[in-house]
Amino acid sequence: MTTAHPDGIGGSPLRPDGILKVTGQFAYSSDMWHEDMLWGMALRSPHAHARILSVDTSEAVKHPGVYAVMTYDDIPGSKFYGLEIKDQPALATGKIRYHGEAIAIVAADHPETARRALAKIKVEYELLPTITTEEQCLDPETYGYVHTPDEYKGHASGNVVHSQKVVSGLGVTDEVRAMADVVIKGDYVVGMQDQAFLGPESGMAVPAEDGGIDLYIATQWLHVDREQIAPVLGLPENKVRLTLAGVGGAFGGREDLSMQIHACLLAQRTGKPVKIVYSREESFFGHVHRHPAKLTYETGATRDGKLVYCDARIVLDGGAYASASPAVVGNAASLGMGPYEIPNVNMLAVALYSNNPSCGAMRGFGAVQACFAYEAQMDKLAAELDMDPVELRQLNAVEQGSIMPTGQEIDSPAPVADLLRRVKALPLPAPLDTTHLDIREIPGALSNTSHGEGIVRGVGYAVGIKNVGFSEGFDDYSTARVRLEVIGGEPVAMVHTAMAEVGQGGVTVHGQIARTELGVERVTIHPANTEVGSAGSTSASRQTYMTGGAVKLAAEAVRNELLALGRKRYGWTYNDLSLVGGKVVSASAGVLVSIVDLLGDTVIDLTREHHHRPTVPFDKETGQGFGHVQYTFCAHRAVVDVDVELGLVKVVELAAAQDVGKALNPLSVVGQIQGGSTQGLGLAVMEEIIVKDGKVRNPSFTDYLIPTILDTPPQPVEVLELADEHAPYGLRGVGEAPTLSSTPAVVAAIRQATGLALNRVPVRPEHLTGTGES
Amino acid sequence: MRVTFNANGREVEADDVWEGESLLFMLRERLGLPGSKNACEQGECGSCTVYLDGAPVCSCLVAAGQVQGREVRTVEGLADPETGLDDVQQAFVDAGAVQCGFCTPGLLVQTHDLLERNEQPSDNDIREALSGNLCRCTGYEKIMDAVRLASARKCSKSEVSQ
Ligand code: FES
Ligand code: FES
Repeated sequence: MTTAHPDGIGGSPLRPDGILKVTGQFAYSSDMWHEDMLWGMALRSPHAHARILSVDTSEAVKHPGVYAVMTYDDIPGSKFYGLEIKDQPALATGKIRYHGEAIAIVAADHPETARRALAKIKVEYELLPTITTEEQCLDPETYGYVHTPDEYKGHASGNVVHSQKVVSGLGVTDEVRAMADVVIKGDYVVGMQDQAFLGPESGMAVPAEDGGIDLYIATQWLHVDREQIAPVLGLPENKVRLTLAGVGGAFGGREDLSMQIHACLLAQRTGKPVKIVYSREESFFGHVHRHPAKLTYETGATRDGKLVYCDARIVLDGGAYASASPAVVGNAASLGMGPYEIPNVNMLAVALYSNNPSCGAMRGFGAVQACFAYEAQMDKLAAELDMDPVELRQLNAVEQGSIMPTGQEIDSPAPVADLLRRVKALPLPAPLDTTHLDIREIPGALSNTSHGEGIVRGVGYAVGIKNVGFSEGFDDYSTARVRLEVIGGEPVAMVHTAMAEVGQGGVTVHGQIARTELGVERVTIHPANTEVGSAGSTSASRQTYMTGGAVKLAAEAVRNELLALGRKRYGWTYNDLSLVGGKVVSASAGVLVSIVDLLGDTVIDLTREHHHRPTVPFDKETGQGFGHVQYTFCAHRAVVDVDVELGLVKVVELAAAQDVGKALNPLSVVGQIQGGSTQGLGLAVMEEIIVKDGKVRNPSFTDYLIPTILDTPPQPVEVLELADEHAPYGLRGVGEAPTLSSTPAVVAAIRQATGLALNRVPVRPEHLTGTGES
Repeated sequence: MRVTFNANGREVEADDVWEGESLLFMLRERLGLPGSKNACEQGECGSCTVYLDGAPVCSCLVAAGQVQGREVRTVEGLADPETGLDDVQQAFVDAGAVQCGFCTPGLLVQTHDLLERNEQPSDNDIREALSGNLCRCTGYEKIMDAVRLASARKCSKSEVSQ
């Protein structure tokens, strides 16, 4: 019973926060300001693994302008927090487990005062040998534990955070191997990528008169932040109120806490508002990264290209604390075979504790690493069989009705072969015109390092599979409140949720849904805060599905109540009523009454929760189970120019095709696909946090490179809309899938251009010129 | 120290400025002009770009004291108070070039400057001019669209006025 509205779903109305953002009026979390406020700052460890022998804050406390200095001992409540496993101390005690771990915090009248006070804190360390390699992590008897077993978190598996097997068909045995005509083996490495959102971690904690705290914060999930913050402050949850402040991008990096607890502790202690804004360097230390991974794949196929088996092992470095590692493992294991039908599978995915930086959520979440490996395998196999790599993929592609290695049937459209066909059918960019060369178009661009000699072009393809929403039995839900009333002679809908708008455009979509369901023009979006029920996280491509679904349910409930009011008042017996253009309309009898007249002074204000259909945990030994709510697919074609003399790559074009089920806002959908693709491009050729002996070597935008507009090519996008009958409006989560296949597509194109094997990302110049280890 | 300068056409002064403070900090924390953004404070991302005496600069790299007696124009000063949004601002909203928007103020100032110098830039001109402004969200395609749109609108306006 939905109705068309130009700014309803399927349209592309402008963002409600757009004007504020282009005029500089939009208040991001680092823009918070309060009369009388203090600046908070943290002292961070220069070592990756050390025992703390003593911390002397006496000089820092005396520094003029300093209001508080706090260490572990000053924490009023519980000392540990964490998303899945509460293993992370709010301030370090006893031991340092990674480079940059926070030890003490100060509040001062100026950031420079805070910096100077930090410099006066004396910490004595006893250095411990770092546990950083897979070999060291897996042999704690020899190399030791990152967390002593059963120390405090009831986690007795040594340095293994979590592991998951998936076995299907006959598994992978000698008999199964014998069924294959060709066998392809490969070892792959994925470097540590950073979310590198532009808005630094920041926010302001304001002490309230009731002894509670009001926190204005950039985050992905207000309620789960509160759940972790309140116990550390020793406060009941209802005394910790969070309001979303403007978020400058997130990409998973704000799923864990960063400065939240520190700001609240300092505000509690000083009785004054405390603002914390990370520097870029501190941001690199203060959030979790994408898990670096080692992947070993063995794929068997028949001579005519049908996959027979896949045997794979994925080892993820989880770093010092667990964060979201268990769920990342679940995704890597269950999606690690790609969107292919493989009769026999044996998979093991593991995340390890180490003294490297903690890793957790980042766009693509475990599926990115696997996609790089399985797509490289498909290209190798195609070469071995002398087949077209796209045809080989299409031959083995899953479709609706296929069974995943977890035993789960894909029960909605899965147009993998068609997505590949579409990117392949797009016209190729014109060849490089070496006679009229604009040097801005060639690798190395403006540095005038070449005039086109030594440049070769390659084309590569890839496709990936990602889940939407939280999996493995998690009761994922979201809450929305919708209010309808007459204001100034017009019906106005208000939508209130706790959804974190991190830039993805959820606020636009909520307005579209309310307009569609209620037939009104004006919709206001209430600020997101903890005064309404949880919306869950802005991650896992789930917000439009989950909170969009909740807004739809609440708006439908409001509509039903409004119509019930009309039925009661006017005695309508029609069952063909809808709300269009501010009026109640019967399909048979035409306009009945305006919403304004029907509603009068009545206010309808209803709250609804949206739960997705239940999933179950994967079986520990076999990985079997209906673990995922929804699957989503994206395919890429990359065209690259490689200067083989300089080792430089320029991506000439990056085309994508994705099935989005239903594009609620086509403009935003395309923007998400292009943004996600660009992050994958970054992983392919430049983005890596370099960690040596547990120390981060490049925590700045000078040394950690993300793609600029010169590194990023035109990106044609084909959007398919094959409805998923289980989802609201048939939609499919969009944000993550494009980050998967862009990386292997770019690398495949570089391989095609150069003939090099290239088994690790990012591909660096030395890998292309043969001057470094590959 | 006290710094007196012209911000967006208005004489302003900031007191108790510490000598190590950047122009960015002074604008954001002392003058209530938080539009310029603090993403790296190292001259790498362009989010803090403002006009200083008519030339775009990274305000995080300019010491506050250096702007004594000079003219600063920030994103807050781009829009004409009479006519509403500047063409560049409107085009960024219309083209979907704003996602989280953290890069937007710096990109707007840089694009504004580009179109002042070159009303009809080629794609390569645009990419070159904006190469110092990082955006993590959009993949830049919509930003290209926005600049082309702003250019087209500016050109058609100048044709009309000729
Ligand atoms: S904040 Fe000035 S260039 Fe990044
Ligand atoms: S829109 Fe988020 S950084 Fe550009």
